[in-house]
Amino acid sequence: MTDLGSGGTRATLAEGLGRRVTRFGRLLRGAGLKLGPGQIVGGLQALEAVDVTRRDEFYWALHASWVKQAEDREVFQEAFRLFWRDPDRPVNRVLEELLASSRLIEGRPRPKTSRRVLDAMDAEVAERREDPIEAEVVRLTHSSSEVLRERDFEQMSASELREAERAIERMRLPVRPIRTRRWRPAVRSGTVDLRRTIRATLRTGGSHIGLHWREPRERPPALVVLCDISGSMAGYTRMLLRFVHALTGARDRVHTFLFGTRLTNATRYLRYRDPDEALADLGSRVRDWSGGTRIGRSLRDFNLHWARRVLSQGAVVLVISDGLDRDDPELLGAEMARLKRSTRRVLWLNPLLRYSEFEPEARGIRAMLPHVDAHLPVHNLESLEALAQTLSGAAIPR
Amino acid sequence: MSGEADTEDLPGSVEGVRELLASQDYVADRSLATAVHLALTLQRPLLLEGEAGVGKTEVGKVLAGGLGRRLIRLQCYEGLDVATAVYEWDYARQMVEIRIAEAAGETDRSRLEADLFSESFLLRRPLLEALESREGRPPVLLIDELDRADEPFEAFLLELLSDFQITVPEIGTIRAEHPPIVVITSNRTREIHDALRRRCFYHWLDYPDAEREMQIVGVRVPDSPKRLLARVVAFVQSLRDIELFKVPGVAESIDWTRALMALGKDGLDPATVDETLGILLKYEDDVSRVRGETAAELLGRVEQELAAASLD
Repeated sequence: MTDLGSGGTRATLAEGLGRRVTRFGRLLRGAGLKLGPGQIVGGLQALEAVDVTRRDEFYWALHASWVKQAEDREVFQEAFRLFWRDPDRPVNRVLEELLASSRLIEGRPRPKTSRRVLDAMDAEVAERREDPIEAEVVRLTHSSSEVLRERDFEQMSASELREAERAIERMRLPVRPIRTRRWRPAVRSGTVDLRRTIRATLRTGGSHIGLHWREPRERPPALVVLCDISGSMAGYTRMLLRFVHALTGARDRVHTFLFGTRLTNATRYLRYRDPDEALADLGSRVRDWSGGTRIGRSLRDFNLHWARRVLSQGAVVLVISDGLDRDDPELLGAEMARLKRSTRRVLWLNPLLRYSEFEPEARGIRAMLPHVDAHLPVHNLESLEALAQTLSGAAIPR
Repeated sequence: MSGEADTEDLPGSVEGVRELLASQDYVADRSLATAVHLALTLQRPLLLEGEAGVGKTEVGKVLAGGLGRRLIRLQCYEGLDVATAVYEWDYARQMVEIRIAEAAGETDRSRLEADLFSESFLLRRPLLEALESREGRPPVLLIDELDRADEPFEAFLLELLSDFQITVPEIGTIRAEHPPIVVITSNRTREIHDALRRRCFYHWLDYPDAEREMQIVGVRVPDSPKRLLARVVAFVQSLRDIELFKVPGVAESIDWTRALMALGKDGLDPATVDETLGILLKYEDDVSRVRGETAAELLGRVEQELAAASLD
């Protein structure tokens, strides 16, 4: 049992303890908890309401005041242990120890990562990027951009890729909105808006009832992207992630997950405004770039841990993958079926569809096909544009 | 501290809160009791998160019962709007009133309007209702599954929870004499906004450990035989370690115990487990995964552990 500060009484906190608690708050802030001065004062008030000589009440009072989400519980626990062992050590020292000690802080957004990570992620392209002469020469004319639209990403040169990247960043997805249960005034459609009707009736003195109308508001559905980053997709991953980045920037409620052999939630990295920065940070976060594929396993992970959190409210799911899976096709089929059951629409975007003679031979592909609403190509700019059309609600090709 | 609410009947300590909850058959550990105590004494909302079936909603109900307060419950869903959550005008009566005024030759329109949009034509929904104290004792407001409501409602709620007042354009501002005791629950299908979190005391309700779960189920199913109870809890706890789409909660343990007692069982055998598995697991995939071999294996382990424990 640690001495929590001498003589803490129920009425007012001893001055020394108050100071220590404040420093403890600073430590937590350093570790990433969102604590403003108001919260710190709140914590002190909470302590006055409990018996601070009891370690458990002391602990849980600060916990209830300062921990505001489940993810912060472990950080709090670890910080509490380290800090109160010797509450008079400099906060910085404890913070260092805390950051070093833990796998805890992993997964929190970090400020800017260096651009070197981007280079490490895709060294070859980054190298060509530096070449100023090439950049001068390549100015796409209209006709060459037509060619570009149909060229396979995998066969593009570095400069063409760059041009395509820019085109993708300009893309916007007009997704067909879903009805919400909120209302907006309407002209002679929807249902009668009684509140406005009564008001208007009053104005005319009741002799004449002029009906006012209202109809449901609409808004775009949530979008969940599951993107394959395994080796067989390497030629497309970069472009497709840019596309996803463009989606994320254009609207709220886009969740992105990457998978190769395991599933990673990439949503927050793709929220960075600068796509290079977003991809760079992703590059350093995700472990299994260009490795093997375990689609079934990854989907299972998604279904178990994320589906209920991100698929509510009528989400549309985009699965971006070539369907080349090493796992048991039965597992893959079952997980696809489950995914299909818990969502409004599943669209499968498959770069392999670029081959006109593409036949669904691979077992993985056959397992997935019955459970998708649409199977669409995504190997060039043209197909991405077509996808934008599809998502906007035109007829879905089967 | 805001407001001069009557706090005399509130328990003055963490221990007191624990006893209060216990008096309503709710077994709480000290961490939860501390959070509840703080919410009561500092008059701020309590935000409870956790998996389904760990007893979040119960906290609100039990508090109302234990303190002898009215319980006002607002079940959230997407598109929850002012008309359902806060107030609505009684249009039918307003219509009638307009006709009567007309028939009586009433010509003063502004007076008629003031009459029609007065409190007597106001239908109070939960949030407005919660601002009203009876005999100086504010109610318990339970806002259930806030994650299901959409962002606009959350923003509205944030405003309400900061100063406990609601503005009805036609009437003016209605202010709570004493702020209600607010319990908010969330299943985390969506993240609740930071601003709202900051305003609340937060507690994550976990699945209880075996010992506490035995207490809880024992209290809720008072005549359950100890032998059965130990097996039910040990089995459910072992189920929570398997990858399932929906892990059984405490509510399921209670239901299962009741079902087994109704079947006249005082222990578990593989056949009974298979037949009653639907009470614990709510997805077909989960049931078919556990039924048969897995269940028998878990059961075997449970029996072994219990036997080992009783040898000590």
